[in-house]
Amino acid sequence: MSLRNPLARARGHGSAKEGVHHWWMQRLSAIALFFLLPWHIGLFIELGGSDFQVVRAVVADPLNASLLALFVIALFQHARLGLQVVIEDYVGTRATEVALHVLTRFVYLAATVASLLAIIVLAVRAG
Amino acid sequence: MASTPRPEVQRPLSPHLQVYRPQLTSVLSITHRATGVANALLSLGLVWWLLALMAGPGAYARFTAFFGSVVGQVLLVAATFSLMYHLCNGVRHLFWDTGKGLDIATAYRSGYAVIAGSLLLTVAIWAYVLMGGAA
Repeated sequence: MSLRNPLARARGHGSAKEGVHHWWMQRLSAIALFFLLPWHIGLFIELGGSDFQVVRAVVADPLNASLLALFVIALFQHARLGLQVVIEDYVGTRATEVALHVLTRFVYLAATVASLLAIIVLAVRAG
Repeated sequence: MASTPRPEVQRPLSPHLQVYRPQLTSVLSITHRATGVANALLSLGLVWWLLALMAGPGAYARFTAFFGSVVGQVLLVAATFSLMYHLCNGVRHLFWDTGKGLDIATAYRSGYAVIAGSLLLTVAIWAYVLMGGAA
């Protein structure tokens, strides 16, 4: 016997009211990173030891700048979603848990904004 | 009014971690989380890289000086393994999400493959870098 309201079951949003959104976003960003992380590591290896102007020019290249922007969006979203689950599972004190949720959300949003800003500035300056 | 005592219910207790012998599957599972947390923290270094690149040669020199130092290099090697492990085991998780490879024998085989794969990739990347691929 289910204690759940048939309508709630049909909607499938569960107790957190957001259904499989978190689960699905974690997988989507994982698939994106499967492709973007190797690309980024390749870029870092290629750039290793290069001087400032060279690195700047490579990052400012439209294709590299676009892939880099996609990479930081997927990376910081995946990181934030993962940390959220770890905090939910291991932090026992509700106040600490909420504080950490707020902190991670803010830090990774700020990281995304700062990275995108830097990428855009570098790309526009070179153009 | 005295509250009526609730009937004693034998509720299940959470298993105590200490009574379990570590197994390949459980160790790899917690390592996935540990490397995930490490990757999440290390990924913030990317913000430093981009902001330094935007700021100018002085700021960028401080960035490269840190990652060129012994501490920085050790951190980079550790980060490479951490990323490669999470990448390989992440693929394993995605297969599980489709319902494939969940039986014990396959889970062990894929587990060993993840260990081998992440170590090989880490060694390959750094061998390439040290043999002048970066020059």
